Amino acid sequence: MSVTRRAAIHAFGLAAPAIAHAQAEAIRIGEINSYTSQPAFLAPYRNAWALALDEVNAAGGIHGRRLETIFRDDAGRPEDAVRHAGELISNERVHLLAGGFLSNVGLALGDFANQNRRLFVASEPLTDALVWARGNPFTFRLRPSTYMQCAMLVEEAAKLPARRWATVAPNYEYGQSAVRWFKELLTRAVPGTSFVAEQFPALGRIDAGATVQALAGANPEAIFNVTFGADLTNFVRQGSTRGLFERRRVVSMLTGEPEYLDPLGDEAPENWIVSGYPAADINNPHHSRFRAAYTARFREAPKLGSVVAYDTVTAITTMLKAAGSTGTDAMVQTMRGLKFPTAFGENEVEFRAIDHQSTLGAYIGRTALRGNRGVMVDWRYADGRAYLPSDEVVRTLRPQG
Amino acid sequence: MTQILVQSLSGLASAASLFLVAAGLTVIFGVTRIVNFAHGSLYMLGAYIAYSLVTWLPRGHFPFWGGVLAAALAVGLIGVVVEVLVLRRIYKAPELFQLLATFGVVLVVQDVALAVWGAQDLLGPRAPGLRGAVDVMGERFPLYDLVLIAIGGAILLLLWLLFQRSRFGVLVRAATADREMLGALGVNQRRLFTGVFFLGSALAGLAGALQLPRESVNLHMDMAIISEAFVVVVVGGLGSLPGAALAALLIGQMQAFGIVLFPRITLVLVFLVMAVVLVLRPYGLMGRANAAAIVLPPEPPLRALSPKGRAVALAALLLAIALPPFLGDYALVVLSELAIAVLFAASLHFIMGPGGMASFGHAAYFGAGAYAAALLVKHFAAPMELGLLAAPFAAGLLGLVFGWFCVRLSGVYAAMLTLAFAQIAWSTAFQWVEVTGGDNGILGVWPSAWAVPKLAYAYLSLALCLGGALLLRRAIFAPLGYAMRAQRDSPLRAEAIGIDAFRVRWLAFAIAAGFAGLAGAVFAFGKGSVFPTAMAIPRSVDALLMVLLGGVQTVMGPLIGALAYTGLHEQLLRVTQFWRAALGAIIIGLVLFFPRGLAGMGPRA
Repeated sequence: MSVTRRAAIHAFGLAAPAIAHAQAEAIRIGEINSYTSQPAFLAPYRNAWALALDEVNAAGGIHGRRLETIFRDDAGRPEDAVRHAGELISNERVHLLAGGFLSNVGLALGDFANQNRRLFVASEPLTDALVWARGNPFTFRLRPSTYMQCAMLVEEAAKLPARRWATVAPNYEYGQSAVRWFKELLTRAVPGTSFVAEQFPALGRIDAGATVQALAGANPEAIFNVTFGADLTNFVRQGSTRGLFERRRVVSMLTGEPEYLDPLGDEAPENWIVSGYPAADINNPHHSRFRAAYTARFREAPKLGSVVAYDTVTAITTMLKAAGSTGTDAMVQTMRGLKFPTAFGENEVEFRAIDHQSTLGAYIGRTALRGNRGVMVDWRYADGRAYLPSDEVVRTLRPQG
Repeated sequence: MTQILVQSLSGLASAASLFLVAAGLTVIFGVTRIVNFAHGSLYMLGAYIAYSLVTWLPRGHFPFWGGVLAAALAVGLIGVVVEVLVLRRIYKAPELFQLLATFGVVLVVQDVALAVWGAQDLLGPRAPGLRGAVDVMGERFPLYDLVLIAIGGAILLLLWLLFQRSRFGVLVRAATADREMLGALGVNQRRLFTGVFFLGSALAGLAGALQLPRESVNLHMDMAIISEAFVVVVVGGLGSLPGAALAALLIGQMQAFGIVLFPRITLVLVFLVMAVVLVLRPYGLMGRANAAAIVLPPEPPLRALSPKGRAVALAALLLAIALPPFLGDYALVVLSELAIAVLFAASLHFIMGPGGMASFGHAAYFGAGAYAAALLVKHFAAPMELGLLAAPFAAGLLGLVFGWFCVRLSGVYAAMLTLAFAQIAWSTAFQWVEVTGGDNGILGVWPSAWAVPKLAYAYLSLALCLGGALLLRRAIFAPLGYAMRAQRDSPLRAEAIGIDAFRVRWLAFAIAAGFAGLAGAVFAFGKGSVFPTAMAIPRSVDALLMVLLGGVQTVMGPLIGALAYTGLHEQLLRVTQFWRAALGAIIIGLVLFFPRGLAGMGPRA
């Protein structure tokens, strides 16, 4: 990030009144994310964002106007994110806001967008509240939500013979919601299912040995896992050493994403049912082109965050071209029901008008070892459209009006 | 039965690694009186360096254990560098000031680790020959965890021998008991301090390196371990090695069995244990009163500002009042935030400076105010004015409750008890989802219509926050303030003239909490939402940094500290990706050059 002269001037509060905007002035996106607190996930995200942006501008921008992005680091704190949002709008004169990795940052930005009547395209946050309980007219979310990913996994879990389940999830909203939905949906799909143990280790501080032992003590037939990152690694190590996963199936959220699978190396668990992104094996032309472009530029395979960033830029670009204006009302109207292609190369994605959730899906498959690293096998693309509740239910979940 | 046995073995394994970290921390504190915030960073560096060495060396027993030991020694040397370059220069600075420097080190190390090892979690190789598990009555238990338990025991034994049987150990124990006396006897304290720092850092490095076969190495290790290590040290009794061992055992077992019985208690368990222990035993399990009492010379009386200083302050105030109409929207937001920071820092300073009590958990009251306001708005649709009015009382009430326990203790013990209560408050906000919304927070806490324009809100924040800060300043020069300073400087004499030290401290604590709550409420309406981060540890640390940066024993200190810290933070966050390293370096620089704080550099006001 370099300090522009403009930023330096604004930094001291000496900004002159808005300079007359030239006709070909760039369209600016204010992007706020937890770059320093979640670098492992957001570095590939930012790479792909830059890639997408360059491609848009190389192809002539938006009706001749350049697309620019101003990045800000919220350090994982919602209050910092809200301050940046204010600064981006009043000083940097951005036309719309995007980003958010943590759910609470996403919610804070969504509420800010609502209050200030600005468009906010949430890329990563998973919480259902963002589009349902606390949804608002100005906020749209790209990634499949906690509910959607749970519904995808429940479909597979219901096919297993297991009836006694245990759950392990990080002790915060994402983990709690995932467990709640999983229990509710699975019990509905398979009556007679019982849940014999729940563990809620603190995020990033799992006491893996004790947690594994507590789960084993309840002797479940299958386990639903929501931990990720460092917690997942520690859980897997202790679990495989102590034989927790033997003769037990594990259904696991997000574990197939390269962000979480790669660090496990040759200790990646086998035969878990996971949601994720088998980057190396999706060979449709659109995805292959994306993967080749990304790999050529950054010398590593794209991660799921890369797809999320790329698709976010694609969605924004598609919207801007269709809206033909950078007025918030026009942009919001165009976003509702907007259809755009995804880097997955699968079905077109739509931002649903009913709840502003995109229909982007995820890949569901099993984990396996190939060489000395974990991969997903037997995967299929689960289109998000098929895993959302009916419109009547959504209307009860989201404030109407 | 088998379950219980295996679970307690798991607890022992965690206890062993906790003990290694805590042992280093407690030895360093005992001798140098430094609350070493950077101890977690040293632990993290140990893990990273061990990862690099072990993956670089060929596989095998010798390279693995050699790599682990080399990592420990390397971290010991890094500790020495930190001691010689930074801490040695500020041993004479006021109590807790070193904390600020070590926090600077934490920030720098975070960015250095990111730059050197990258952002991704690194999964190190397992210990050769120890991949498997042993059969414990039909249950499998990892072999490596057994070895870890053995190493923990061996280190305890070695340390005990070192402290009982060697001259170095005798000196360390003597320094822990009475540093001044040891100095008077002609012992070279410099060498002793450096040696102790090497030992403590190497232990932290060893603990980090030994985690390699158990967990992935990542950038969050430092913060994950440091609070638990502090808890162990304090529960055991500051400076007490056997205490650290006992406390590590206790916490390890509580952890292992606590999650079986109450799976949702993970966030707060260790802090609950600490709160209970400190309420029952104010100096930890094995600590002694004299180990915590730090004899400070009485501070010279505070003087009101000189006429010249008064003129400068008045001019600054007038500027703050006159400037807003000429500022842009964003500058107004920043102005509000500065005002909030000033009141928050001033409220902490009120108990730290004149009161002589440190608080590591001041965010609890800031958050209590923010939540009180937000809950009124959310559940009772109360207007902003009512929220602002109720917040200080809610926070003050919480201060009365928590303060009743905290002000009985002194020094670091009191500070750690405030931290424990703050964590309990935080986890309540975090887990009581039905009321507080959990970590998804409370949204839609926007001001009343008249205060929505940024200019109006900036004036409102200025009026409330600067008004609050001025009231606090007034209180310092009121009878209450004199009584606070009296009981701080000379408890015996204060008691002799009829000052009830407990009541004075209790009242001061509650007042400070109330004003922090007001700052929190202004913050909530400024942001439009409240999240548990409002009362999380980083916010307490922010307040502490502002007060220390400004200078504890000056009246203007918190004001200047708040402006400097918030301003720096805001600017750096925007202009550089490496804002943490930059902020850390600036903090270290300020500590070295202004050991009495920024406000202490001029004539004392």
